[in-house]
Amino acid sequence: MLPNDPLANVLYVDLSKKRSWVERREDLFGKYFGGAGVAIQLLTENCPAAMDPLAPEAPVVLATGPLDGLFPLGSKTVAMFKSPHTGNLGESHAGGRSAVAIRMSGIGAIVITGANVNPGYLSIEEGKAYFHDATTLWGMRSSVTAGRILRQSESSAGLRSIMRIGRAGENLVTYADVSTETYRHFGRLGMGAVFGSKKLKAVVVSGNRTLEVADKVVYRALYDEINTAAVRSPVMKKYHDLGTAENIQPLSALGGLPTRNVQAGHFESAEAISGEHYAEHYLGRRLACSHCPVACIHIAALREPYQDEAYYYKTTMISYDYEPIYALGSMLGLSNPEQVLSLMDKVEVLGLDAMSSGVCLAWATEAMEKGLVTEQDTGGMKLEFGKVDGYVAGVEAITSKANEFWSILSHGVDAAAARYGGADFAMAFGGNEMPGYHTGPAGYLGFMLGARHSHLDNAGYAIDQKELIKGLIPAEQLAQKLMDEERWRQVLSSLTVCFFARGIYTPELTLRALAAAGYDLTAEQLAATADDIYRAKFAFKFANGFDFNKLTIPHRVFETPAVLSGFDEAYMRRAIAFAAGQLASPRA
Amino acid sequence: MRLSVIDAERCTGCQICMFACTRRLGYAGMGKTAIHVKSVGGMEHGLSVVVCRACQDPPCAKVCPEDALVLRKGGGVLLDPSKCTGCGLCRQACIVSAIFWDKEAEKPIICVHCGYCAKYCPHGVLALEERRQEVSNAAK
Repeated sequence: MLPNDPLANVLYVDLSKKRSWVERREDLFGKYFGGAGVAIQLLTENCPAAMDPLAPEAPVVLATGPLDGLFPLGSKTVAMFKSPHTGNLGESHAGGRSAVAIRMSGIGAIVITGANVNPGYLSIEEGKAYFHDATTLWGMRSSVTAGRILRQSESSAGLRSIMRIGRAGENLVTYADVSTETYRHFGRLGMGAVFGSKKLKAVVVSGNRTLEVADKVVYRALYDEINTAAVRSPVMKKYHDLGTAENIQPLSALGGLPTRNVQAGHFESAEAISGEHYAEHYLGRRLACSHCPVACIHIAALREPYQDEAYYYKTTMISYDYEPIYALGSMLGLSNPEQVLSLMDKVEVLGLDAMSSGVCLAWATEAMEKGLVTEQDTGGMKLEFGKVDGYVAGVEAITSKANEFWSILSHGVDAAAARYGGADFAMAFGGNEMPGYHTGPAGYLGFMLGARHSHLDNAGYAIDQKELIKGLIPAEQLAQKLMDEERWRQVLSSLTVCFFARGIYTPELTLRALAAAGYDLTAEQLAATADDIYRAKFAFKFANGFDFNKLTIPHRVFETPAVLSGFDEAYMRRAIAFAAGQLASPRA
Repeated sequence: MRLSVIDAERCTGCQICMFACTRRLGYAGMGKTAIHVKSVGGMEHGLSVVVCRACQDPPCAKVCPEDALVLRKGGGVLLDPSKCTGCGLCRQACIVSAIFWDKEAEKPIICVHCGYCAKYCPHGVLALEERRQEVSNAAK
């Protein structure tokens, strides 16, 4: 890295002692770049095994990387924490303005430990931490309103990021998220609950500065090369035009869109909740993360009449994407696009992870159909596929932990199935509720083998659609493919570059971009670092009790025809055993 | 020629113009930008793109006690950094708040209307254009 790059400044904040300090960590940023590579080291240093994820001492790490602020699509912040949802590695990525704001603030990472006595928020300006009271914001109905108030009371408009939780985080729902700039999320695995346990309502980060590069002329030329590739790329155009929601109809047509708790892979109303339908009828605005020419964020304008007065309307701006449409649409059998938007808005306002919420409600609906859960359990609430009212009430009941049933469901679908039964259709992998891909063995193995149990760890769903469609390959070979992809992605998430740009940031271009930031590496060194980061994540997982052999596979996976069928549990187990063996042995 | 905001409604808030303006001088980051993009109260309600309007009779130049701001052909001003003491009066004089602050140099950042940012705007928000004919009141 370049000497004196502010990237290596780590801001440590102790909420209990209201103390903060900066340490130069060139040892970490020089070797692991930033993002995931540095965050796993900072997490491991500050979170010994057996730490209660919601204890005051439990750390939250936010890390950016050397390409943030330098190149287009360097726009992601990687958060790491111990997940209250799985009791293991919590890793979550978000864009918005978070990464650029942290980098422009003159730091590369933030480590937050301790807890506030009274609700508070943290303001980080030019790399310095300031502690503020947030008592009045605590318990506020809408996380969006809380964000608006912070926007008005804090300075540096346009040069800041406001990361905040909703009531779900305050109430320690283990799949509560942290949202940033209203529409981007540190979702999955419950970082919102960790904020909640610290009585930390929000973190506001701001700053502005210039950053040096190794060679100004080379930098500008490389910038143009990357920018041109991004602007001209057909993949990027797809994300700009319709956004990720473009995938709803194709996946449904292939039989890969999880529908009614994966009782089907084809949704008969896919067109009504498709990216095309939303764009034509509701798209109100597109937004971009800072430094991204693509602008994949799609915001619907939902105009609803008030029932008590004629010609009186409210217009709500609601961000939509493929995953929330799947989880709160097809997974729940909802075919009315406006109802799906309303439910997405409700989830946003409460600060819940959309995917986990949808999967939990889908399981609960089927469990009610099968009589495992009764109206007595739900407090008189009836959940039925295709009926939105029960789901709107359901996400509220989860957030407020309305009774024993909803309280258990606020810990996820595995916890609920352990208490009420129905594990065969509790759609979680490694403790994390599934994303929207009923594509086949690579998709499901991807969820299980990935360190985050996320589809983005290794994009197994894409291997199903692009490669295995030609024929199944040996389980070991598939596991290797997934692991190789995940290993490479550690580089992108350490730089930190958006995964949507993975086609642009090839290893060759990545080396040149790193050189502009003062890192001189060979391809072999880069691959070795990727492996180091990948293994460090699994070392944390193993130390905290993760065991490949304990992964369970809900039987529903094998019952409902997917894009690719013809795989069985034995095949999956062979792949899992191979991955376990690979990670148990040192690098060749 | 001057830089114009053609249609702020097309702006996605990517801030690529801000990076471009800083990169023009050979730096990464946004610390030297003469153009700013911020939300108008929540990004969902749209973005505001703030840049010098290239006034023909610029108030910023009138208040400069050191004559460090000289009139630019085509409107606006050019900064003579050797004369500027960093007093900041020019910022206060600009009603659109289009004079930004270089905290590294302790001097104002003044748009030179070069159009470098417009070349990078991916969504047609900015353009370098001929000044539109000023319509006098008498002609209305």
